[in-house]
Amino acid sequence: MALSHLAASASRSSSLLKPLSSALSLRRPISGDNSPLTVETSVPFTSHQCEAPSRSVETNPKELLTFFRDMALMRRMEIAADSLYKAKLIRGFCHLYDGQEAVAVGMEAAITKKDCIITAYRDHCTFVSRGGTLLEVFAELMGRQAGCSKGKGGSMHFYKKDSNFYGGHGIVGAQVPLGCGLAFAQKYSKDETVTFALYGDGAANQGQLFEALNISALWDLPAILVCENNHYGMGTAEWRAAKSPAYYKRGDYVPGLKVDGMDALAVKQACKFAKEHALKNGPIILEMDTYRYHGHSMSDPGSTYRTRDEISGVRQERDPIERIRKLILSHDLATEKELKDVEKEVRKEVDDAIAQAKESPMPEPSELFTNVYAKGLGVESFGADRKEVRATLP
Amino acid sequence: MAAIFQGVGAAAALSSLPSNSFDSKNILFSPRRSFSVRKAPSFVVVRSDGTMNLDLNPKGRRAQQFIANAVATKEDSSAASSSSKPGHELLLFEALREGLEEEMERDPRVCVMGEDVGHYGGSYKVTKGLATKFGDLRVLDTPIAENSFTGMGIGAAMTGLRPVVEGMNMGFLLLAFNQISNNCGMLHYTSGGQFTIPIVIRGPGGVGRQLGAEHSQRLESYFQSVPGIQMVACSTPYNAKGLMKAALRSENPVILFEHVLLYNLKERIPDEDYICNLEEAEMVRPGEHVTILTYSRMRYHVMQAAKTLVNKGYDPEVIDIRSLKPFDLYTIGNSVKKTHRVLIVEECMRTGGIGASLTAAITENFHDYLDAPIICLSSQDVPTPYAGRLEEWTVVQPAQIVTAVEQLCQ
Repeated sequence: MALSHLAASASRSSSLLKPLSSALSLRRPISGDNSPLTVETSVPFTSHQCEAPSRSVETNPKELLTFFRDMALMRRMEIAADSLYKAKLIRGFCHLYDGQEAVAVGMEAAITKKDCIITAYRDHCTFVSRGGTLLEVFAELMGRQAGCSKGKGGSMHFYKKDSNFYGGHGIVGAQVPLGCGLAFAQKYSKDETVTFALYGDGAANQGQLFEALNISALWDLPAILVCENNHYGMGTAEWRAAKSPAYYKRGDYVPGLKVDGMDALAVKQACKFAKEHALKNGPIILEMDTYRYHGHSMSDPGSTYRTRDEISGVRQERDPIERIRKLILSHDLATEKELKDVEKEVRKEVDDAIAQAKESPMPEPSELFTNVYAKGLGVESFGADRKEVRATLP
Repeated sequence: MAAIFQGVGAAAALSSLPSNSFDSKNILFSPRRSFSVRKAPSFVVVRSDGTMNLDLNPKGRRAQQFIANAVATKEDSSAASSSSKPGHELLLFEALREGLEEEMERDPRVCVMGEDVGHYGGSYKVTKGLATKFGDLRVLDTPIAENSFTGMGIGAAMTGLRPVVEGMNMGFLLLAFNQISNNCGMLHYTSGGQFTIPIVIRGPGGVGRQLGAEHSQRLESYFQSVPGIQMVACSTPYNAKGLMKAALRSENPVILFEHVLLYNLKERIPDEDYICNLEEAEMVRPGEHVTILTYSRMRYHVMQAAKTLVNKGYDPEVIDIRSLKPFDLYTIGNSVKKTHRVLIVEECMRTGGIGASLTAAITENFHDYLDAPIICLSSQDVPTPYAGRLEEWTVVQPAQIVTAVEQLCQ
């Protein structure tokens, strides 16, 4: 059982639905794994310059269970990262995504691996939803060789080229022009795919965002700008940073949609709608109304600019995992115990991955100089003691 | 391998070029191999498939010495472009355009983005005609938003496209510094090698003709610390086309520095396909007494000073370093080992410029071979003034170069 879980989680890349059948051994048959189910989103969509999609989302039990499992995995992963950081195994910056998992899983459910996603530094869960393994995540966080960027990137630089996940960027807002560039390349190659460029409410005030939006609208690029509005730009609340916190309207001539980002099904519906729109009409802005439980990063307690009551209030009323759990239970798709078992398995998976990552070695000293240039041309490079032979020109 | 051939041929010395007027004059090249013997110049054609051969490029008014494997030459007349001469004559900006056009034909992934590059044809006419030939999706007019369109170029490069981002003036790219430094330079490293960024960022920079402080900037000194990028500076139509093509074929991000005053240089370049090695310096004039390292526009000031120096009995070796990052320490080193004296002439400012880094690199590596401290002549650490006379004095003039060589060779 345990091995099949590990094997299943190791091959996450192709389909998120795959681990499900081996993960849950349901004794009571689900009434048709793929039998369609229609669920209403928590709140209707608000739109700007476009027709909002319908509130009723098509889904099926398999998908809901997958959502639950994936979000539980992400939640556990982030909490484990928290402990690792406090144990000083993760250093530097660590920005945790717990509370916002619904955006990652909902988006992934609506698109293919050929569509591109690019995000900022709160990228651990997006990386996992794009097919990254837990081992790659923890090894990279701890700076080991088995990490997705060979330990040289760190928390803010997760990338996965084969599933079109473009990272992982530290400078606020700089990823949005990159995302529009990805969309440009998609249009250039006539791929019929789209790019989701994610940014936060803090980045929404960056000039380069509007520059890139202007160019995308001019050139009709299939770019979808997704504002993950967790209402705080580090310590600054959105009403203190933006004159107009209606981020979905800030595109002016670009249509926008406001989505409840704690409802994975609403996110899925919105992303599907956005993809169709972008392929036909050019850029669109999605504002995901979401919330992060942790502070901005591990060095921010998260309680100096907001009350603990607010955090626990959101956790009680809007938690994405609880919403899916209630949905599953109310539709009788699984029992309480089965869901708890899933959570236990997920916890074990995470612990195993951490153990494995701890065993991965640190990068070799020579790795300091690899990948500076492609095909490493003859640069001067000294060893740490400045006596090592330089690379010489051909 | 290519470095060995550097010493064999020389591109030639610039004979009668006044320092302040480059407009559409037919540049005369008189052939030189060493001080006393006058031979026809030959240079290495580095072909795209990596093979090399020596080719003759007859230029200049004087009768040429016959060389065994060359096309017979005859006296050049200024208006001529007779079919018996190999190659074709063109101006530097046309050479850049030719290189760009050939690469765009060769590789459909190459595209150009910049302000007014498309319908307008480019503010220095480098991209003229390309939009009509290749269409609006390959030659893109951007709004005035350097930060974002440089970022978009980098994003497109991450997927495999090969964009050329043009800064209308290099100084405008300061607005895109974050994208160039953090994303362009570092993504290959921070992604553990997953992404290459085969982008070319190019544009004219340098002190022009009374353009004012903000339009006379030398960005090579600001970008030289960014890890992961390559920087090259072109100075002749020949190396402009070669470097442009090499930059487009390189998997690394390359910043190609052109100079506003050099766009109208005329030269005869070969007809066949060739590229210049991005990491190599060019031996302009071999010599024995002193090594003069220079690049871009200062090359011409140096060559003018060289005439005076030759008349005074000195034999300077002039090297156009071309590759600003990384330095071609092999060629430079060989030269230092031969002459034991180094003069660096550059247009960057004294503080933190290319010359400063080069001085440090040579001192670190070749200190034992130096007979005298390195002299580095750079522009003054001032914003470039508008007034013509003042502007002249911010950059290095040939007279200063002569004085410096005399001082070095005492």
